[in-house]
Amino acid sequence: MTILTFSIILLVGSYLAGLLGSLTGLGGGVVVIPLLTLVFGVDIRYAIGAALLASIATSSGSASAYVKEGITNIRLGMFLEIATTIGAVLGALIAVYTPTNTIAILFGAVLIFSAAMTLRKKNQEVLTEGSPLAEKLKLNSSYPTPQGEVDYKLKNVGAGFSIMTFAGVISGLLGIGSGALKVLAMDTAMRIPFKVSTTTSNFMIGVTAAASAVVYLQRGYMDPGLAFPVMLGVLAGAFTGSKLLMKMNPQVLRFIFCAAITFVALEMIYNGIQHKF
Amino acid sequence: MKKTIQNKWQDTDVEQIVGQLLRYGVFTASVVALIGGVIYIGTKGQSPMPSYHKFVGEGANFTSYSGIIKGASSFNAAGIIQLGVLLLIATPVLRIVFSLVGFALEKDRMYVCITLIVLAVITTSIFGGLKV
Repeated sequence: MTILTFSIILLVGSYLAGLLGSLTGLGGGVVVIPLLTLVFGVDIRYAIGAALLASIATSSGSASAYVKEGITNIRLGMFLEIATTIGAVLGALIAVYTPTNTIAILFGAVLIFSAAMTLRKKNQEVLTEGSPLAEKLKLNSSYPTPQGEVDYKLKNVGAGFSIMTFAGVISGLLGIGSGALKVLAMDTAMRIPFKVSTTTSNFMIGVTAAASAVVYLQRGYMDPGLAFPVMLGVLAGAFTGSKLLMKMNPQVLRFIFCAAITFVALEMIYNGIQHKF
Repeated sequence: MKKTIQNKWQDTDVEQIVGQLLRYGVFTASVVALIGGVIYIGTKGQSPMPSYHKFVGEGANFTSYSGIIKGASSFNAAGIIQLGVLLLIATPVLRIVFSLVGFALEKDRMYVCITLIVLAVITTSIFGGLKV
């Protein structure tokens, strides 16, 4: 295969990955890794480098829209970024000493977990009684809804912070945004309304991924020949996805895609156990 | 602390700027990567693809900041793409710097400190203190 054909196929593949990531809510980076490793036989370390770029691009691109609408809780995001960036740098450092097969198995497990998370019941409730720590850190805020501004408070700041550190480690280790873990921390532990937690998580992914991306860049895990088709393809795909989401509610599609992704995840795990990476 | 109306206004202003910055950053990085990509395909398109199934790592030209900038300024295709990569990574980092200014303008000392911690973690990572 020539570089030209490879680049075109990868560009189209990344476009579809970005579209799929956006429609399922899993993020662009997550779908890029199986695409590169299972379809093109690319070493998983290169794949992680490229996926990190995809995560930064889609997060920054879509976060801008939500920030504008005022749904994102910037203070909460900044506070939790202490946890995710420290975790991400640690994860990127651990990655060097982790066998690629182990990374593949772990990736498959996180992918299944993420797919399950996107299908779960979403937290719509607004907490009116928060914890003292949340008050002290000024994390309570309000967000716009069709019924007007709604105030919300949050609790379990410590637990949320801990899960975020773990999310950061996973993100640095696997090169993904680990949005599912971030939402878990905010939704389930801190009891933040779903809309705020997803947008704030998205807002944080760029910073988290950047923290580990520099480590990957300096280690030589970012290949220019893979970087440009993946970056451009995923970005374009995510853009199309966000436009499509405004027009339709892809509940059924989401279910089908998540099932498909679980299948891909199982293949990653199987190949990892068979030492094929 | 209760938010005053004035504070709320400044808050929104900073958020708007942050949103804009993210968009322009990603846009610029994509355009640079696209230019590099077109040159890359134009010059090397017909060569066989590199064997990505074996990990060798990139040379110093593509892993150090000075190497990337040198490569890009001599119109080396791969160097230009890596410059796009660098710009993309820099976007969220710049975003934090903007937030820092925003919190400073609001005289929110606690959040200036929190932002500085985040920035410190990232700069430690950037300037190779963690290169093992």
